[in-house]
Amino acid sequence: MDLPKLIADAQAEIAAVDNLDALDLIRVRYLGKTGALTASLKALGSLPAGERKAAGQEINTAKQGLQQAIEARKASLEQAQLQARLANECVDVTLPGRGQRNGGLHPVTRTMQRIESLFSQLGFSVEEGPEIEDDFHNFESLNIPEHHPARAMHDTFYFDAKTLLRTHTSPVQVRHMEKEQPPLRIIAPGRVYRCDSDLTHTPMFHQIEGLLVDENASFADLMGTLSDFLKLFFENEDLKTRFRPSYFPFTEPSSEVDIQCVMCAGEGCRVCGQTGWLEVLGCGMVHPKVFESVNIDNEKFTGYAFGMGVERLAMLRYGVNDLRLFFENDVKFLQQFA
Amino acid sequence: MKISEQWLRTWVNPAISTEEMCHQLTMAGLEVDGVEPVAGAFDKVVVARVVSLEKHPDADKLNVCQVSDGSETLQIVCGAANVRAGLIVPLAKIGAVLPGDFRIKPAKLRGVESSGMLCSEKELGLAAQAEGLMELPDDAPIGTDVRQYLGLDDHCIEIDLTPNRGDCLSVAGVARELAALNQCPVTAVDCEPVTAGSDATFPIEIVATEACSHYAGRVITGINCAAKTPIWMLERLRRSGIRGLGPVVDITNYVMLELGQPMHAFDLATLEGGIQVRFAKKGEKITLLDGKCIELDDESLLIADHAKILAMAGVMGGEGSGVSVTTTDIFLESAFFRPENIAGKARSYGLHTDSSHRYERGVDPHLQLKALERASALVLAICGGEAGPVVEKITEAYPAEAQAIHLRQVRIARLLGIEMQADEVVAILKRLEMQLSAVDDGWRVTPPSFRFDIAIEADLLEELVRIYGYNNIPRTQPVYQAQMKAQTEFEIPTSTLRSALVNRGYFEAITYSFIDPKLQCILDPENHAIKLANPISSEMAVMRTSLWPGLIQAVRHNLNRQQLRVRLFETGMCFKPEQDQALEQIDMIAGAICGELLPEQWSAPARPVDFFDLKGDVEALLAPTGMVCTFTAATHPALHPGQCASVAVDGEFAGWIGALHPEVMKQLGLDENVYVFELRLDLVKSAVLPVFSPLSRFPEVRRDLAVVVDENVTVQSMLACIGEAASELLQHIQVFDIYTGKGVESGRKSVALGLILQDFSRTLTDHDVEAEVQNVVSSLKQKFAATLRE
Repeated sequence: MDLPKLIADAQAEIAAVDNLDALDLIRVRYLGKTGALTASLKALGSLPAGERKAAGQEINTAKQGLQQAIEARKASLEQAQLQARLANECVDVTLPGRGQRNGGLHPVTRTMQRIESLFSQLGFSVEEGPEIEDDFHNFESLNIPEHHPARAMHDTFYFDAKTLLRTHTSPVQVRHMEKEQPPLRIIAPGRVYRCDSDLTHTPMFHQIEGLLVDENASFADLMGTLSDFLKLFFENEDLKTRFRPSYFPFTEPSSEVDIQCVMCAGEGCRVCGQTGWLEVLGCGMVHPKVFESVNIDNEKFTGYAFGMGVERLAMLRYGVNDLRLFFENDVKFLQQFA
Repeated sequence: MKISEQWLRTWVNPAISTEEMCHQLTMAGLEVDGVEPVAGAFDKVVVARVVSLEKHPDADKLNVCQVSDGSETLQIVCGAANVRAGLIVPLAKIGAVLPGDFRIKPAKLRGVESSGMLCSEKELGLAAQAEGLMELPDDAPIGTDVRQYLGLDDHCIEIDLTPNRGDCLSVAGVARELAALNQCPVTAVDCEPVTAGSDATFPIEIVATEACSHYAGRVITGINCAAKTPIWMLERLRRSGIRGLGPVVDITNYVMLELGQPMHAFDLATLEGGIQVRFAKKGEKITLLDGKCIELDDESLLIADHAKILAMAGVMGGEGSGVSVTTTDIFLESAFFRPENIAGKARSYGLHTDSSHRYERGVDPHLQLKALERASALVLAICGGEAGPVVEKITEAYPAEAQAIHLRQVRIARLLGIEMQADEVVAILKRLEMQLSAVDDGWRVTPPSFRFDIAIEADLLEELVRIYGYNNIPRTQPVYQAQMKAQTEFEIPTSTLRSALVNRGYFEAITYSFIDPKLQCILDPENHAIKLANPISSEMAVMRTSLWPGLIQAVRHNLNRQQLRVRLFETGMCFKPEQDQALEQIDMIAGAICGELLPEQWSAPARPVDFFDLKGDVEALLAPTGMVCTFTAATHPALHPGQCASVAVDGEFAGWIGALHPEVMKQLGLDENVYVFELRLDLVKSAVLPVFSPLSRFPEVRRDLAVVVDENVTVQSMLACIGEAASELLQHIQVFDIYTGKGVESGRKSVALGLILQDFSRTLTDHDVEAEVQNVVSSLKQKFAATLRE
């Protein structure tokens, strides 16, 4: 047997092979049970004893050489195969992902959740109440007796003389005070209704009412709480707020709260009617008559209440310029808040 | 309310700019809504007199006028219809600039030279419209600058008063506020009694003694109603938005604006017997000054004489008894009507007048005589005549002197959160013309009669802080006892449910709670919706009993705007009348989907949504409850009878899911299949605590089998059957295919089930598994005549 030639042939075959299966065949042919080198080892026994050792060593060296060559070739072929696979599996990562796209919350809900979360940090809990209300809870108990001029400002939807769609979320505070004892801290978000429809009014909109009753709630606290709230809501530490005397039958003193116009930073623009200020809230100290109507001791407790229009805050926060869009539910509108 | 700044400054004149004054008023709670110049910007316009005129030779409608400006006579071509010799008019001279940067230059009109322009009120920016030249009084001094003569460097201030500040519905009222704010004096007008020149009187009787506590009147005879209202009065009225209507009416309007007391003048010649203040008899009718005829109810307060109705008290006079140009004798009225008897009354007849506006909010109960004297003096000065003595009736309802209010110093600190010194409290209340007397813990305070809005301590606190300045109060952080609040795990927050749907591709909609009764009838015919008494339109006339009508309208809105794929949900209240007139107001959650399942994309097959896509969403929504939710085939009038299920949570009916009925879709004009669900929010929110069950450490085994059953056998019933038959080894059954068609006889279906078996104490043997499968198969055979599919 010509060992050198055998090895040279094998090396040449290994170098030439271009796939793993063929390489394995080569391995079997030379190193397998019936392979050429295996046969040579088996044939050692027929050699004279003095030659066996040297011949054995020679064959083993050749075998190891071939094994190494095969392993090396295998590694290189595997590497090439991996590279080919990777090249083959390359995708355009800029193509969009597959599957369902997320929807989104209505901007009014988004705004309400934001307001709820800010007030919940102060321990205010969320309360709800009926939307079809009775005259007592919507008006009478809030110190708005029949024929009160304030009723004219409420444009009420009626079902009959004593049943109506609530015109504000304030009845929720009354209902809460009827069943709970102070200290109280609630906010009441929800739908309210006024019989009015034009560019800046929709017959349904959302309010959030707040009520705090405690032994020493003061007007100064109310002002502090609301000015903080507005700064945090608009994420503007420097947001200026001002409190203006106003009138609500169920609070006294009553105040309206203006913020520096968020569109023009107080310079004066169309949105703020050139005044630099935007009215965003109404508030005040709970009127003694309201406490009387729910049997809360006026001497022992004081309280404050506030109310805000959610759509108005959402419009200012997100720059929505048309109130009516909120209720058209156009997907192209809703998508913008997702 | 609009008032002239100039007029206001004749009453009180603090050294502050217009802007500052408006800011002060706004920050004192008298919100200034607008400040407008009372005239446009113009100059070189003078009082002039048309000396003579002749027709333009070449133009029918033009006149060539000779006009004197006091120093020279100018030739001016004028097209106004009311131009005439002797007329006193504003003349814009050559070089004048009129509003809109309109420059007056020498001109030729149809060949005739014109050196200036005669002006209308519109051209001077005094009015939006004008019918001809502005006619100035005959005694207007020729040559005077018109701005100066009419005092046009003035502003009209519009104040939006809150209903409690009826006392500020006058120049006098606003002046009092400004005086208090600036600590400066008020110059009030003279309201001294006029000298009675005659003894003519007219009797007064108050029948409705509760509603009218004071009625004062006076006869003035021999007046000239053809007299011209002085220009200064007309101008002040104009600046308050009131037109001139003849001297007597102008005077009553003027005094109302000046002092806040609504007044009325009757033509004495039309009155019979005597004045009666009484309530209407139901069905009585009156024709008002504006020509409107009204049928009255028995709560309407009237001014009548012995024969007829003269006026709706505090609202408007009647047609027959008003003052006209030929009137010579008048009866002037100045009365106090109780606000409760006027409030809402005008509105109930669709009326709103300056008078009713004031009476509703309240008028100073001690103002009537002053106003009567003031108006009398003006009538005598402008129309001449002789005043008779004042006749008045006062009833037992006449408000007594205001009650003193106890103001405690501790309440100031406690409610306002500021320490106010005693002398500061006293100073502020005195500025507001309150009477004070000190007591142990504070003061006893008596408000002036015009502050009829102040009755309790809280009212005084508001006054204190109003003058002190809201924005001078330090803003403090409330101090509370920190206490954790309960947070139940047995109720899922609505926000979590919303997120579940948002994450499955839904957008949240908010639709109106009142809907079109037609839609209501189509989509929820079995519930009777309650109707609004005064809906804003017929499309928003009933309260929804279901969220579907609103959602489907929103779906339609989007489909009509090229959105082919719509997925919307809403949470909100529905209103369901119940048997005993009671009303259930119940929160629901609902969704509607249509179009493709997925948004159009490059690599997922397009497929329209079907029932099971929606059911998957509903199951995901219900999953957090942890309760058993069952879907049972059912029928709903709006839903497809073969694709409709009622949904129960823990055995309680929660709502519906299904495809819209093809008939319903046709009625709604929908071409695209729409799938909807609606569930009671309280049930969807209710949750149970997760209960741990131990995990087996031994491998699970799965055996798949396909059983053929009749098509009407529900999978749910098969699963229930298996559940009963199987041992505790059966952990889960996976339905992984439903097949009908080749290989399965018609009317039957193949249901492929994966049985997942596991034991807690050992690895299952083939024998165990085989026995369990046999058990399942035989129970299905027995109950549903099922066969194994080979």
